[in-house]
Order: sequence, then structure tokens, then C-alpha cells
Amino acid sequence: MHESTDRHCDDHSPLEVKLYDEDDLIMISSLQHYLFCTRQCALIYLEQQWLENRFTAEGRVLHERVHTSGRESRRKLRIEYDVPIRSLQLGVAGRADIVEFHRQDNGLWQPFPVEYKRGRPKKDDTDRVQLCAQALCLEEMLECAVPEGALYYGEKKRRTSVIFDASLREKTAQTAAAVHALLTEAKTPPPHYDKRCESCSLLALCLPTVATRKQVGRYLRKMVEL
Amino acid sequence: MKKHLNTLFVTTQGAYLAKDGETVAVRIEGETALRVPLHTLESIVCFGNVGCSPFLMGSCGQRNVGLSFLSEQGRFLARVHGPVTGNVLLRREQYRRADDLDFSAAVATACVLGKVVNSRTVLLRALRDHGDKIDAQVVQESINRLGAAARRLQEGLSLAEIRGVEGDGARTYFSAFDHLIVRDKANFFMHRRSRRPPLDRINCLLSFVYTLLLHDIRSALETVGLDPAVGYLHRDRPGRAGLALDLMEEFRPMADRLVVSLVNLAQLRCDDFVCSDGGGVRMSDTARKTVLVAYQKRKQEEMTHPFVEEKMTIGLFFHMQALLFARYLRDELDGYPPVIWR
Repeated sequence: MHESTDRHCDDHSPLEVKLYDEDDLIMISSLQHYLFCTRQCALIYLEQQWLENRFTAEGRVLHERVHTSGRESRRKLRIEYDVPIRSLQLGVAGRADIVEFHRQDNGLWQPFPVEYKRGRPKKDDTDRVQLCAQALCLEEMLECAVPEGALYYGEKKRRTSVIFDASLREKTAQTAAAVHALLTEAKTPPPHYDKRCESCSLLALCLPTVATRKQVGRYLRKMVEL
Repeated sequence: MKKHLNTLFVTTQGAYLAKDGETVAVRIEGETALRVPLHTLESIVCFGNVGCSPFLMGSCGQRNVGLSFLSEQGRFLARVHGPVTGNVLLRREQYRRADDLDFSAAVATACVLGKVVNSRTVLLRALRDHGDKIDAQVVQESINRLGAAARRLQEGLSLAEIRGVEGDGARTYFSAFDHLIVRDKANFFMHRRSRRPPLDRINCLLSFVYTLLLHDIRSALETVGLDPAVGYLHRDRPGRAGLALDLMEEFRPMADRLVVSLVNLAQLRCDDFVCSDGGGVRMSDTARKTVLVAYQKRKQEEMTHPFVEEKMTIGLFFHMQALLFARYLRDELDGYPPVIWR
């Protein structure tokens, strides 16, 4: 990739690490969906269902603008857009909106992932986990440490810095493993209706209230009373 | 809620559809007669000699806009769709369950039950609305027999027995159907169901509306990732949309009511049809348009879905039924709940 980045490696040799096959990589975005709702994750990645709503459309438009692959170069900063990345350790693949490479005093270029989000910062960890997964991909591909990145929130028009500490890394790895388990088991978890469902783009497909409450036998007996 | 979008029907012979930016441009004799934004469409149905640019076909495939070509008479010719969507595991489950005769019988029971009960409701309404004008005794007799058929279906029958009940029910229902038509009986009558070809105007109308219905149900099944060809009541036969036909049963009486009201409200006239010397009856262009408009309007009416208990357009009912069927295959429901109109 960048001739100077490959020298920037921490010397940790992954001896006992199980590597996933390229065929078995899951989308980085699935981690975020899993953390939001395991059923939503299964509906999208297992059942391949997708419904666009206002939020997803806005997100798509935002990303269409960001996702024009290319690069910019300045003296102390290089920016690459829409960067394909993967990690065989986590078993994930996807694209990073933006990877910045910051030139260090020692002449090396430090990768720094930036992810664009519509809306405002969330209370939960989902965006941070997604960004951390990107960082872990970059670490594996470039054999270097990626200690920090940033989330850019469209509504705030501001960057929030994210430090990839041990607990965030652990959570990211656990989430990736959980998504793999879900997709291997190939069983969609039952719905649990709560207030988050109202903002979910898959509400109309998921039918969280119908599938839990209704009994067809009773419905038929009632409707067929002649 | 998923939006119920429009269907663009193109019946002008020689028309050509092209993609123009984010719209469909309908060109007639070189002039753009109409432009419709693609994102407002659920499907496009072309009748007869209507052309279509490959770019538009591609866009429709990509955006899940159904694009079908029918003959001028409404016989299905072809449809364009993008990559097969949905879950291969769901389809395998659909196939596996089709080999299970008990499961097939359970689905078939639900579909036929929906049809029989809804047919009975159509007759009941006719009795209520026109009881003074029609032979109430014949209609009442059919109502009673359909009621008995519905009770019989609750006994856990085999597939062959269910088919028997379905056949008897259809005969009973159509034997009373002629009584529902109360206007211009010299030209609008139905003595028995005929399809290939339809031998009278009512049969011609019914066949056409069923084609529209089948098109919509088929699209709905494809959207949720089911294979419209593999059915339970309708067993596999090459070229037949078995599952679409299964789910169509409960909707047929709704289509029948549409036909009856078109005739009884004098929206169609005798000369809207062409009788061939061979005995078959075809519709004229104007008749076809009248039916299409009425069908679309019906689909835009809102009703409370009896099982889901949510208000939605009737056009969305097809989608909801496909979805409920998929949920049943995934064991999230304990059966398939047909729409029963009250």
C-alpha cells in the first residue's frame, strides 16, 4: 500500500490465532446491526431483507458522496476514500469511508480511520465498535498499530475522537464472533418489541408484535364461526 | 410501514418505455407522453406491443420494480427481474415442506378455507343488497353448502379431500354467481366457469382480473424471497406459479366482487367486448382500461388487516400475506392466516 507504512509495525506475532477463510468473512456493518438488534442482523444478513426508510436513504445519500474512491495528498496528510479492508482474525470485511494517513515526526505514516454517520452521536457503542473493527482490519493489513480514529456526525458537523482501548477491542472481537455464530446457526432470533423498533427500517418485515402475540389457530376459529 | 406504490399499466400499442434520469418516460410516436418517477412505482405492466429499453429493465431489476409483459389480452408472457433476492435457506425450507404432505395439507386447508368463507361472504352480501331482485333461494342454498364446506375443512382432511371440497365449493359458488348480476342479463351472464377461452363476458372479465391478481401476488412472494412456483395445494407443474395460486385463493372472491360491481354499476357495456366467431370472448381496449383503473382503485382502499389488526391498503395485503407465509415457514407462526373479509 504505502511504501512507508509497512515498516511501522509493532512486533506482535499472532501465533495461536485462528484465521477465517476469505469465503467466510462477514460485513463490518453487520456488527453494528447485531449490537442494535440480533433479529435485525439476521433479517439483513441471513434473510437478505432490506427496506429503505428515510434514515437509511439519508445515510445512503451521505455515503454516496463520501464513497467516491480516490485519494488526496498533502505534505503531512494523505487521505484515501472508500478503502476496501478486511481482517482474517476477526473474520470481517468491508470498506472504510476514509482512512487518513498522518505523517509522524519519524517520517512514518500513521493510519487513522474516519467513519461518516448521519445524525448525532449515539449513547451506545455501535458506531465505536464499527470503527474499531476498521482499525483492527487496518492493523492486520498494514501490520501496524492503529490506536485512534474518529467518527464524523452529520448533524453535529463535528468529529468525535475514538480511542481503541483494550475493552473496545475486546467488545469488537466478541461481537464479530457472535455474528459468525448467528449466521452459522442460520436461525433468526424471535422478535422482542420495544421502543427502538419504531425507528427500525425493518419494522414492516419483522412484524415484532404479530409474530409474538398472534395465534393462527385461534384467529381462524374466530373468523370462521358461521 | 412499507409503502404501497403505484403500478404503471401501459396499454397503448406501439408505446416505448425508456429510462430518463430517475424517471420512466413513456414515448408514443416519438413524443414523450408521460414521465413517472421510478421511486413511486412498485411495478410496470405492459400489454401487447409495448417496448422497453434495456436500461429501464436494468433499473427496474435493481430497484425491485416488477416489470411484466402481458399479451394484449392479458396473458402473461414474461417478466424482468434482477438478481434473485432473499434467503436460500428460506427457499429450501419451502421446498422441504412441500414434500411433507401433512404440512401441505395444513397450508391447503388454510387457503381453501379462506376462499370458501370469502366466497360465502360475497353471496351473503349479494343477498343483503339485492335480495329482492334475485333468486334468493338458490343463493341461500349455496351459502349453506359453503358453510358446510368450511366446517368440513376443520376436520383435518387429506390433500385429496381438501381438493374435493375446493372443487365442490367452486361449483356451488359459481352456480349461484349468475344471480349476482342484476343488470343487462341478456349480455352479462355466467352459466358456468370457462377459461380457455372464456365463453361469455363475465368469464372474460374474471380471467382478466385473476391475471392481475396473480401478477401482484407473485411479485409479493418474490419480494419476501419465496419461490412463487412451489406450492402446497397446487403441486409442482412446470410453468405454473403454484404458491402464487395457493395464496390467490383467498383473494379470488374479492376479484369477483370487483367484476360484479363493474357490471352492475354499468361501468362496462355490452359492446366493450368482442365475440369471436369461434365462440371466445375478448375485451376491447376501453374495457381493459376501465377494469385496470377499477382494480388499481380497489388496491388503494384502506382496510384493517384481520390478522395483523393494522390499517393498510388492500394492495399491501398481498405483501403482508407473503410475509406471513414466510414467517410460518420459519416457525414464527403456528399456521398460515388467510385474509378473511367480514
